[in-house]
Amino acid sequence: MRCGDFRTSYAADTTIFESSYSRNAVLLCLVTLAALPAFASGYALDVVNRCAIAAIAAVGLNVLTGFTGQISLGNAAFLAVGAYTTAALAGKLGLPFLMTIPLSGLAAAAAGMVFGIPSLRLKGLYLAMATLAAHFIVEFTATHWDAVTGGVNGISVPAASLGSFEFDSDARLFYLFLPVTAFLTLFATNLFRTRVGKAFIAIRDQDISAEVMGVRVFRYKLLAFGVSSFYVGVAGSLLAYQARIISPENFPISLAIDQLGMVIIGGLGSVQGSIFGAVFMTLLPELLRALTSEMADSYPHLTTLFAPLKMGLFGLVIVIFLVFEPDGLAARWRLIKAYWKLYPFSY
Amino acid sequence: MDFFLQLLVNGIVVGSIYALVALGFVVIYKSSSILNFAQGEFLMLGAYVCLAIMTTTPVPLWAAFLLTLAFSVTLGLLLERVVLRPMIGEPVISVIMLTLGLSSLLRAVVQGIWGTDTRPFPPVFPSEPVHLGPFPVSQGYLWSVGCVALLLLAFALFFKYARAGIAMRATAFSQQVALSMGISVRHMFALSWSIAAVVSAVGGVLLGAVRGGVDGSLAVFGLKVVPVVILGGLDSVLGAIVGGVAIGVLENLSGGYLDPFFGGGVKEVAPFVALVLILMVKPYGLFGKVRIERV
Repeated sequence: MRCGDFRTSYAADTTIFESSYSRNAVLLCLVTLAALPAFASGYALDVVNRCAIAAIAAVGLNVLTGFTGQISLGNAAFLAVGAYTTAALAGKLGLPFLMTIPLSGLAAAAAGMVFGIPSLRLKGLYLAMATLAAHFIVEFTATHWDAVTGGVNGISVPAASLGSFEFDSDARLFYLFLPVTAFLTLFATNLFRTRVGKAFIAIRDQDISAEVMGVRVFRYKLLAFGVSSFYVGVAGSLLAYQARIISPENFPISLAIDQLGMVIIGGLGSVQGSIFGAVFMTLLPELLRALTSEMADSYPHLTTLFAPLKMGLFGLVIVIFLVFEPDGLAARWRLIKAYWKLYPFSY
Repeated sequence: MDFFLQLLVNGIVVGSIYALVALGFVVIYKSSSILNFAQGEFLMLGAYVCLAIMTTTPVPLWAAFLLTLAFSVTLGLLLERVVLRPMIGEPVISVIMLTLGLSSLLRAVVQGIWGTDTRPFPPVFPSEPVHLGPFPVSQGYLWSVGCVALLLLAFALFFKYARAGIAMRATAFSQQVALSMGISVRHMFALSWSIAAVVSAVGGVLLGAVRGGVDGSLAVFGLKVVPVVILGGLDSVLGAIVGGVAIGVLENLSGGYLDPFFGGGVKEVAPFVALVLILMVKPYGLFGKVRIERV
């Protein structure tokens, strides 16, 4: 039985998995997930796919907001950049998804870095406003640049395909999304074991001290915007392949707020937490939907109330988490683990 | 020329409402350094509550208006006490997120009770236009601008001469000093939230009366004031007024003249383009206090 942390080397201190047990648990989890399409329904797979997209976007946002301390309200905009890039590259040029997904990430990264430039002079509140402006400017472009984006009518995206194999069903898409999500999560986890990731954290904790210690603050802030938007762009690309038709309506400002909510509920500065948050916030409306349709027989007007209920529940969950559990699900998870570590002799 | 004047007048009217909402924004920011993204929902809620009181009870307009204000004061106090006070000392992102969560909660309440359809607002102002020189202006516009000007003047006097107003300014200047002078900083926070709720509700009622209807789009004003307060300076009441009118005029002029080239929608985005430019050139706005960081 493990009853404490006995780290004796730096390598042990920066390891991803604390024990072979936790590594095996994650591997088991992945294998179980990979077997999911065998017995899950199409609807369940659709929800899982949306969880995967949300998780990538939330991890990306957490890199920027949770780890580097830069607030961004422009996430929906960068998601849109990724999705429209995929639509243009795959639809007009016919590129395969192996190229469009990274290219969409890069396009979003470029957009993110442009709107990250104000972070040279601004921080905190002001940056939130600059990225809010980014959202409206991208939305305007998406609505009015008809030649590329199809305007308000939207644009259709061909199915991702590898040779003659088309990722056209939820189950097939799942096998595209799962590896991408797993890889990007691993990458983000590793990022914070490197010099770059440590620099991000230093900037978050105290930017002036970071600069004194030789971190080029502006360069690393821009890099954080780039990495974060890359993730969000990849999520946008996957979203395009899943939705198959995208229009400006897919990227409202409430989406950016949703994603900030995921990061907050999951836990700022925790890769694991972003995934918890993304899954939680994606499942919440689904649970509500199931509940309202269950109760629709006895309370028929409940279905018309679904939209406000969903919005209200979202707001309520955010407020409750911020007031009662400001460190998010990740902290709660750590507490649960710590409790069982010494169970039943916790004192 | 007529077209220009028409746009200008529209801009000033909308801008005066922006100024009002921005005033609420600035008052909260000044006293407690919180950006209140739920300001637009305060406005929407005020309009809906006033409408509900007027349509369901036989009270006259002024009584409904006063009841709305009383409701807003209560709302502001309640939110400050229940939701915002636990957030003192939390990171900026949490507080921003909290007001965003609050805004979707309030919007859900409004949608749940009143639905999403536009509801007609009973006519408050006489409908025949007044002639200003050669040029007809709707009476609602004039009343609206007049009310806003009066309210802004009242608040300017309040901040300058009233005991509570001076205490609020002291709190904004330095919370520690204010505390040591016997000012209750908590009361000042509560006061600033109720002021913000009240001015927004007045803005909402005026907008409802001028437009002749209320719907969910009123909440957009909460985001529209962001460029306003950035232009004027986040912590300047004068800036909120100047910025409000300037952004209102900018929005209408750019919408009027550029829409044909871009196929519409310029009005919505122009303030945000201005916002980015202002942030790059003069991030603390026209009248904002420049923060110099010393280590």
